[in-house]
Amino acid sequence: MSEQKTIRLVVTRQDGPNENPYREEFVVPYRKNMNVISAFMEIQRNPVNAEGKKTTPINWESNCLEEVCGACSMIINGRPRQSCTALIDNLEQPIRIEPMNTFPVLRDLIIDRGRMFDALKKVKAWIPIDGSHDLGPGPRQSEEEQQWRYELSKCMTCGVCMEACPNVSGKSSFVGPFAVGQVALMNSHPTGSMRAQERMEALISDGGLQECGNSQNCVRACPKGIPLTKAIATMNRAATKHMFKKWLDF
Amino acid sequence: MNEKIIIVGGGLAGLAAAMKASETGARVQIFSIVPVKRSHSVCAQGGINGAVNTKGEGDSPWEHFDDSIYGGDFLANQPPVKAMCDAAPGIIYMMDRMGVPFNRTPEGLLDFRRFGGTKHHRTAFAGATTGQQLLYALDEQVRRYEAEGRVEKFEHWEFLSAIIDDEGVCRGITAQDLRTGEIQSFAADAVIMATGGPGIIFGKSTNSVINTGTAASALYQQGAYYANGEFIQVHPTAIPGDDKLRLMSESARGEGGRVWTYDKDGKPWYFLEEMYPAYGNLVPRDIATRAIFKVCVDDKLGVGGENVVFLDLSHKDPHELDVKLGGIIEIYEKFMGEDPRKVPMKIFPAVHYSMGGLWVDYNQMTNIPGLFAAGECEYQYHGANRLGANSLLSAIYGGLVTGPKALEYVRGLKKSSDDINSTVFEAAQKEQADKYDAMFKMNGTENPYQIHKELGEWMTDNVTVVRYNDKLQKTDEKIQELMARYQNLNMVDTLRNNNQAAPFTRQLWNMLELARVITLGALNRNESRGAHYKPEFPDRDDENFLKTTKAKWSPNGPVLEYEDVDTSLIKPRPRRYDVAKEGGGSK
Ligand SMILES: Cc1cc2nc3c(=O)[nH]c(=O)nc-3n(C[C@H](O)[C@H](O)[C@H](O)COP(=O)(O)OP(=O)(O)OC[C@H]3O[C@@H](n4cnc5c(N)ncnc54)[C@H](O)[C@@H]3O)c2cc1C
Ligand code: FES
Repeated sequence: MSEQKTIRLVVTRQDGPNENPYREEFVVPYRKNMNVISAFMEIQRNPVNAEGKKTTPINWESNCLEEVCGACSMIINGRPRQSCTALIDNLEQPIRIEPMNTFPVLRDLIIDRGRMFDALKKVKAWIPIDGSHDLGPGPRQSEEEQQWRYELSKCMTCGVCMEACPNVSGKSSFVGPFAVGQVALMNSHPTGSMRAQERMEALISDGGLQECGNSQNCVRACPKGIPLTKAIATMNRAATKHMFKKWLDF
Repeated sequence: MNEKIIIVGGGLAGLAAAMKASETGARVQIFSIVPVKRSHSVCAQGGINGAVNTKGEGDSPWEHFDDSIYGGDFLANQPPVKAMCDAAPGIIYMMDRMGVPFNRTPEGLLDFRRFGGTKHHRTAFAGATTGQQLLYALDEQVRRYEAEGRVEKFEHWEFLSAIIDDEGVCRGITAQDLRTGEIQSFAADAVIMATGGPGIIFGKSTNSVINTGTAASALYQQGAYYANGEFIQVHPTAIPGDDKLRLMSESARGEGGRVWTYDKDGKPWYFLEEMYPAYGNLVPRDIATRAIFKVCVDDKLGVGGENVVFLDLSHKDPHELDVKLGGIIEIYEKFMGEDPRKVPMKIFPAVHYSMGGLWVDYNQMTNIPGLFAAGECEYQYHGANRLGANSLLSAIYGGLVTGPKALEYVRGLKKSSDDINSTVFEAAQKEQADKYDAMFKMNGTENPYQIHKELGEWMTDNVTVVRYNDKLQKTDEKIQELMARYQNLNMVDTLRNNNQAAPFTRQLWNMLELARVITLGALNRNESRGAHYKPEFPDRDDENFLKTTKAKWSPNGPVLEYEDVDTSLIKPRPRRYDVAKEGGGSK
């Protein structure tokens, strides 16, 4: 009988928001089709570290396990990404796992992404309909418009673009690439465009579009392949027009 | 006016209820374990039904209603289902106005595709991530109200119990901040539960990890009826995985996907098309699941001798696949490393959806006054088997009607939650806090995640596709054994901050309680109907079982009662899918 195959993981842990991070190593039995999350689940059932010492299970966020809810972002082997699609077979070992510490770390891999949801409020990322009562069909849209909006609308607020962006940090107020994408999404809808200027104002205020340094990290990191740089370019052009118009109206 | 409504859950049902209730003037608080935008509804792939009839097929809400009742094997009370089907086209239009990027026809109209159990193109869709897109649209509308101060969100909070006063009326909830561990009580004039399904009781399923049914089970233990628990939908096409069984939506077949394996002579065998010529690959889920099960388990004709068959899209135009099914194609590629545009996918059935749930009346109120329920956590719309793409509809519709119904109830109340003695709230808070503290003293030898794994394996093996009374009996005994072992648990994490193990341990108990409801409901129902199939009782038995199962909690386990089904609109008839459905579109 061959020896049981195992997986080695080195996890950066932290007991609380103000505690110091530390590393803990784990060895987990290998099975086919495993991802980082199923390795964590194995540790839950047998919370013992590589030294054979009893420890607490790792705390992390996840929900859908199919890369559509955005919960499970973390840094795996140096790269911010979703952990549910991080298949063990595709990862170099020991697998190094850290929290995305552009955000406040609450415990282990759990982070506070509240600023992203606040940003969505700030840029008014919604279609201002009159109400939810029955008002018949919405405006017609071409297949082409729908496909562009659909690409932008896949954003799951996972924060990977924020972690990858050199201009987002605990100190900077940059709303982040995802928020620009959401403005592009709302402004490209026939009803949404009626409030395009308001969103634009929010987007060029403090921490807005001008903070983007065009590193293009976001578009490479986005797990959903959202055309973020294209959205940023579109919004930059719109911002210039907006400023010019404001200047003319002045 | 100071009407206060608490909504537990921020999936489609909870957000729809929140939007409506706040539009109607209530003060709304939403509680959710995960940020509402990460709710399980995002997983829904295929689409949402509504008889908009833009394809010139003569579809109508009545036909949709008839398909749904027939598909549900006549177990659903009919008037609410009819109301839902009537409202469906308007709901799709409303979601369209909110900006959902539904796929379009060349003329710029909404496109519709086919789903199981119908002959019509009735399903609106946004690629193959329709649930995500619908949820985001509602999330955006509710965020708008939140920004205006009309809605307050408590995210990363878990509902623990309803607060019920001396008169038996619901006056609020207790909940826990999962970040700090702190437990509080919250007063409300009405509470709406929108906490989704219980798939995780089966261990691995197509559900998200928080779908433990914990909230519905807690309420069942507080005296709410749980209805039709035994009706669990097993979806025919999922990809087996180590942590999760990932769905390959019915829309794959709606867009022309074919299910096959090799026959005894090694030739491709399109067994659904052969067994059910009238509907082919688009038979309802219970039918397709049993067929795949039979082919693999009984006939041992699974691909490569394993429990898998092919779901094949490789004959379709790759560009069209990207536009209409991109989401699921990506999932298959990411998790299986193969391209479904080129090779057939390997799939097997997986636990997917609960037709059963909290019992509610036609106003969506449970038997506890002031406590309402909407979405997958209640039982009302799908009878013995849900048709594909009817659940996004029932979740949104349920939410839309429950918000105003709850407010109507509040406006008829003689006293508001402000008039209730504060001791009621303090006692409820203390009870939960004491329970939680006690969990930290558990110092036995059992691990909660291990017990959950065993529960899931037993439930999946014995309480899913094919059910035998002796095995159901043994499963109930096993659950009781797990309940005994639960008393000997060890608390694996004793920090209070962001502790995930302790809440899971609490949920585990609730899963065990609900598992008994599901198992004993199945044991007691000696017939076959929709998703519930017993070879020992292969036929539907309307005389004895055209009835809703209602489980009531007792210290000795669930007590089952039966209630007649309202079949006032469509007379029950035999359900067959080898020939075209009779009746239906006549009205
Ligand atoms: C993979 C998959 C694909 C699907 N595809 C389709 C489809 O194409 N068409 C279709 O019609 N249906 C589909 N369904 C079914 C459909 O998605 C669900 O039935 C529906 O989304 C349920 O919505 P909901 O609002 O009731 O619950 P959910 O979306 O599950 O939301 C539940 C909410 O309750 C909260 N919650 C739960 N417990 C607690 C607690 N104790 N305390 C506080 N908050 C709590 C959660 O945080 C969440 O916000 C699919 C299901 C799956 C699994
Ligand atoms: S768990 Fe939802 S994206 Fe990974």
